[in-house]
Amino acid sequence: MTTTSGPDETLPAALRTEALEQLLTERGLIDPKMIDGIITTYETNVGPLNGAKVVARAWTDPEYRRRLLEDGTAAIKELGFGGFQGEHIVVVENTPTTHNVVVCTLCSCYPWPVLGLPPGWYKDPAYRARVVKEPRAVLSEMGLDLDDDVQITVRDSTSEVRWLVLPERPAGTEHLTEQELVPLVTRDAMVGVAKVAAP
Amino acid sequence: MDGIADMGGTPGWGPVQPPKKNEPVFAEPWQGRAFALAILSNRVSGGNLDSFRHALERLDRAAYLEEGYYGRWLNAGELRLLDSAILAPAAVDARARNLRGEHVEEPPIPEPAKPDYAPTAEGTLRSIDTAPAFGVGEHVRAKDMSPPGHTRLPRYVRGHVGVVDIVQPAGVLPDTNAHFLGENPQYVYSVRFDSHELWGADAESFDLTVELFESYLDATS
Repeated sequence: MTTTSGPDETLPAALRTEALEQLLTERGLIDPKMIDGIITTYETNVGPLNGAKVVARAWTDPEYRRRLLEDGTAAIKELGFGGFQGEHIVVVENTPTTHNVVVCTLCSCYPWPVLGLPPGWYKDPAYRARVVKEPRAVLSEMGLDLDDDVQITVRDSTSEVRWLVLPERPAGTEHLTEQELVPLVTRDAMVGVAKVAAP
Repeated sequence: MDGIADMGGTPGWGPVQPPKKNEPVFAEPWQGRAFALAILSNRVSGGNLDSFRHALERLDRAAYLEEGYYGRWLNAGELRLLDSAILAPAAVDARARNLRGEHVEEPPIPEPAKPDYAPTAEGTLRSIDTAPAFGVGEHVRAKDMSPPGHTRLPRYVRGHVGVVDIVQPAGVLPDTNAHFLGENPQYVYSVRFDSHELWGADAESFDLTVELFESYLDATS
């Protein structure tokens, strides 16, 4: 909690974090190694590279793409990804005429196993408040101008569904292999606030 | 409850942030530790995902906003520890002051009062025997309700009519699970709303889907 003792003084979060860690550690309720383990997991093992592998596979393997759109959780598990915050992933496809964009207005729900922890803009009140009311304006501010005839669907993931956007494969990448496509796929495109650019 | 966390459609937040290239997962070291501590604090206090979300929802505006996402996680973790009397009120504050060289008396450790709670399975998905009450294509109205406890029914869809787009698997009902009053699993529906239904005739044209639990919905005749 934000705690104040004296007028207008709030102790900095970094200091309160250290205090909390000490209090729980000295009573044996947690082990600082558990904290280090969680940090390592989300800094190095789990991130948008996982999602990029899913997308590149779907772009190059029509049968995988079909399975992915039919049962995202199972198809993603085929590539070894799943678990906490990925128990039920639904994949939706962006096309030249339909565009999906994902938000969580109540908190910041996000498919951690395939995208890692969400970026700052996704957790920002402005994005959470506005993309459900004026998505075209928000996308434009973020650098994505969609033609007027593109149908937008906003996905507010208020419950245990986690959405992953399958972006369009950019023109001019027909000769690239699955492995060469992976680095082109961005986190922002898999949330639906950007398109994937050709190299 | 109608707390600060329910942000959909609320005014006054200013422009969105453009995405940054190569943004670090944790911009400062304390953020990673606060994130992990929040997860562990909820576990140590005998909570569940919904009780943690309810703690986030109960934070005041300053505790929710002032130190960003990881600040709010830290504060919700501490609130869960206070709920279960693992920590005394002001214990973190006192230790923090001592860490920076003040000499403050720390409160005694209270008698823990953890909830009597055990999940029936991992995660929040559950299998149920009953059939879904609503089918794909059916019109439904989101209830216009403002419950005092936790809910995952956002204010901006309350009272509005949409169409069932996808019948999702059943899940634990957050409204009771957050308060350790039972899992009450029920179907979740992705309900599709037209933007003009939500925001009026002058709104941008688009569709929106939102996941709603069966008990949040009424049939329309």
